[in-house]
Amino acid sequence: MNLTLLLILPLAFSLLLLIVKGLKQVRTVALVSAVAQLGLSLFLVYQFLQERVGSSSAFLFEQNYTWYNALNIRYHVGVDGISLAMILLTAFVVLAGVLVSWKQEKLHKEFFFLLLFLSLGAYGFFISLDLFTMFFFLEVAVIPKFLLIGIWGSGKKEYSALKLALMLMAGSALVFVGLSGLYFNTSINGMHSFDLVEISKQNISPALQNLFFPFAFIGFGIFTALFPFHTWVPDGHSSAPTAASMFLAGISMKLGGYGCLRVATYLMPDAAEHYSTIIIILSCIAILYGAFATMMQTDLKYINAYSSVSHCGFVLLGIGMLTKTSINGAVLQMVSHGLMTALFFAVIGMIYERTHTRQVAQLGGLLKVMPFISSVFVIAGLCSLGLPGLSGFVAEMTVFMGSWQRAGAFYHTATIVACASIVVTAVYILRAVGSVINGPLKIPETSSPLLWGGVGGGADAGWNEKTAAVLLLVGILLMGLVPFWFTDLINPGTEMLMQKIGLVK
Amino acid sequence: MSNFFLLMQQELLLTAIIFILLFMKLSAVEWKPKNLLLIVNVLLTINLAAGFFFNGFGYLFGDMFQTNELLRLEKNMLNLGTLIISLQSYNWLMKHEHIAEFYLLMLSTLLGMFFMLSSHNLLMFYVGLELASIPLAALANFDLDKRRSSEAAMKYIMSSAFASGLLLFGISMIYGVAGSLNFSDLQAAASTQPLFLFSFILLIAGFGFKISAVPFHLWTADVYEGSPVAVTSYLSVISKGSMIFVMTSVLFTVFDKLFYNWYNMMALLAVLSMLIGNLFAIRQQNIKRFLAFSSIAQVGFILIGITGGNHEGFSSVVYFVLIYLFSNLAVFGVISLVSAEKGKENIDDYKGFYKTNPLLTWILAIALFSLAGIPPTAGFFGKFFLLLAGAGRNNYLLITIAALNMVVSLYYYLRIIKAMFMDANERPIAKVEMTWSPKLAMAICVAGIVITGVVSGAYEYIYSLIK
Repeated sequence: MNLTLLLILPLAFSLLLLIVKGLKQVRTVALVSAVAQLGLSLFLVYQFLQERVGSSSAFLFEQNYTWYNALNIRYHVGVDGISLAMILLTAFVVLAGVLVSWKQEKLHKEFFFLLLFLSLGAYGFFISLDLFTMFFFLEVAVIPKFLLIGIWGSGKKEYSALKLALMLMAGSALVFVGLSGLYFNTSINGMHSFDLVEISKQNISPALQNLFFPFAFIGFGIFTALFPFHTWVPDGHSSAPTAASMFLAGISMKLGGYGCLRVATYLMPDAAEHYSTIIIILSCIAILYGAFATMMQTDLKYINAYSSVSHCGFVLLGIGMLTKTSINGAVLQMVSHGLMTALFFAVIGMIYERTHTRQVAQLGGLLKVMPFISSVFVIAGLCSLGLPGLSGFVAEMTVFMGSWQRAGAFYHTATIVACASIVVTAVYILRAVGSVINGPLKIPETSSPLLWGGVGGGADAGWNEKTAAVLLLVGILLMGLVPFWFTDLINPGTEMLMQKIGLVK
Repeated sequence: MSNFFLLMQQELLLTAIIFILLFMKLSAVEWKPKNLLLIVNVLLTINLAAGFFFNGFGYLFGDMFQTNELLRLEKNMLNLGTLIISLQSYNWLMKHEHIAEFYLLMLSTLLGMFFMLSSHNLLMFYVGLELASIPLAALANFDLDKRRSSEAAMKYIMSSAFASGLLLFGISMIYGVAGSLNFSDLQAAASTQPLFLFSFILLIAGFGFKISAVPFHLWTADVYEGSPVAVTSYLSVISKGSMIFVMTSVLFTVFDKLFYNWYNMMALLAVLSMLIGNLFAIRQQNIKRFLAFSSIAQVGFILIGITGGNHEGFSSVVYFVLIYLFSNLAVFGVISLVSAEKGKENIDDYKGFYKTNPLLTWILAIALFSLAGIPPTAGFFGKFFLLLAGAGRNNYLLITIAALNMVVSLYYYLRIIKAMFMDANERPIAKVEMTWSPKLAMAICVAGIVITGVVSGAYEYIYSLIK
């Protein structure tokens, strides 16, 4: 399949959005585009599985064109299992995001335009095999987030939007330094190169790797809430409108994890080994700190945002441990966290829309008036604390198993510390879910019964919200019940990575 | 003789236009502003188009004057910028009494820049430079009834004279050391003996004044603020752009042997310009002052490209100036419309701009993103290539500082975006009506911003021209 279609599709539809008029037409275009994206990515997975049999190349559907000949910058795209999993995740979250924003009235055209533009950035990033193209799409995705939060957000939205944009730009500035270091230390027929595949064949000396790895890893790490650069996450996520929170936590943070894996670790394995202790310590701090910070939160969105810091810590932990299982786990955790947190934010958005509050203390007994929303909320919570049968369990379990495989007291201690956080997670999730869902009905006075429909009528999810929730739930359940589908998909990708790392060990 | 006409085609055409305007002004006919502006714009379009037709290279007047394909391209870029500024200031000029004089002065400075660009001798360079700067002082004073405008003119002429003095001092000592002012002779004579280096530093200081690199930037903000918007944009894009072209080619060709001497100088100037420009831009309230400091920071980035000191560095500088031209002129285009119609020039006035002027807001936003270096605008490519060229020298401290400075600069560009899109305002700027001519100018700028980056043709062409 032509991978460029993944870019043309959102671009064409976002341009189409500029022409059409009225909320109805705008959201129809957005929905058609999101459905088409999902269809396309499912088709892509199907084709990938067909083509992979009997193919020896690491990346499929490659396209390689010259972009800037003078600098040897190429438009080089291709996918392996890991990027496919990410593309699939993006398609799911975008469709769900469009659905939950169905009633978006304020500046709807701009809203959906930016949402589609964001998805363009994400697809572009995941399919790129050229570091320049990758960096290009990484930055494409920054400004739409700023606008989405700043214009449609709530609370201290301007502050959060600026903080997010500046911190992510600082991340990409560091990534830039790392990339230029890789570029100038590659020589293919006398030309420097940004090509990921070409660079991976080069032997970059460990000293240089140790110099440039921190730039790339911290740079991408900022995107994925690497401690202590996680501070944009809580503010950004809680101020963003629902769809943007879903996108931020679901996809945007995964750009960082994917970058850490694909660029930093894959291209500079010596340095990854060299710095693994620091990465593990930082990710353990993020896991524990995120979990404990969540316990103190009273706002539902903050709860989910801080728990994202904790959950993304598992991704970095998996990468830092550098065993095959742990890296598999990191990828699984990225997908799982993406689906789960998107679902969480969607549900919180639905509750907020009806009650106009996100404070746990002001809510209670929602199960009586919003049975569907409440049930989904419970499932999302259970997934977050890692209940078997849901995706969270599979991902976290794989990370832990992979981490334990790494011999040594330090690594074992780190694994145990990370495992311990699950208890804390259970505490805050059960507490929040319990007090919001159960007990006597409590709705703050600020929200009139007209708004949430009153007891027994109209308060529950509409068709669009139900579809969005079911969509994400299907993903979560599939991953929880048949995890081998996903591991089969990503395994060859991690194996290729491990070969490169194995050369070092 | 035909050689003379062909090689100097652009200069001769511009001179002809200046004379046409002069005769139109002196004739007994009372020209309507509308017709006069139409004629001028048509002439400028012809001037721009004609520049693309002949591509030759050679020397004239005993090696005083040179031309080649790169110089012609640079002149075409300046022509394009002048045309855009002329189209943008349509509304402002319609209300002004002295249209012909405005163009006479502006085109004279443009002619000066052409000679400066084409100089192959420091004397010729100096003559061109003076022709390029003195009429500019008169232009800065073109808001005749405003005292700030006169102040700006005064400041500009003083600092310009000081810079010229430094340059002239440097040039005279170089002549004393090398015995010639011809570029080829100088290239051979360049050495690290103290007197030569001393005069070289004076030259750099003179250049620094003209491109307003820190610490030679002190005149910039006041002059930018006081001058009419059209002149500010001319100063910040055309005047500065031409100076950067000259400086780059002089450093790269004439003083190439002294690379290791000027590398550190340029790196220091770059870091200072970026830091000071960025930090001061954060605090500004007046949008023209703001752009003055932001343009100082942009010069810092350009200097990073110059530190690359190689083929890639040169091309990235020329390429960036092209993009800077589109982006900055798009910003100035919107500002000049608002300033001409509503007289508002503060950042706070732009609060709630999106509600009343969505199209202009998007144009301004795209242009600001391009200045900040956000993809997919061309500014991203420009900045990326500048920094990449600088990184080629393996000075990663410098590159890290530069890359982090991009974050700082993003902050203040986003401040304007935030004011326009997010801040509430009870009395936002009312809907601004546009005539055909600013619309055309904006369309050119936006097209430039969108296309020059994603389509690699412009960079490849510039790269191929630089030998």
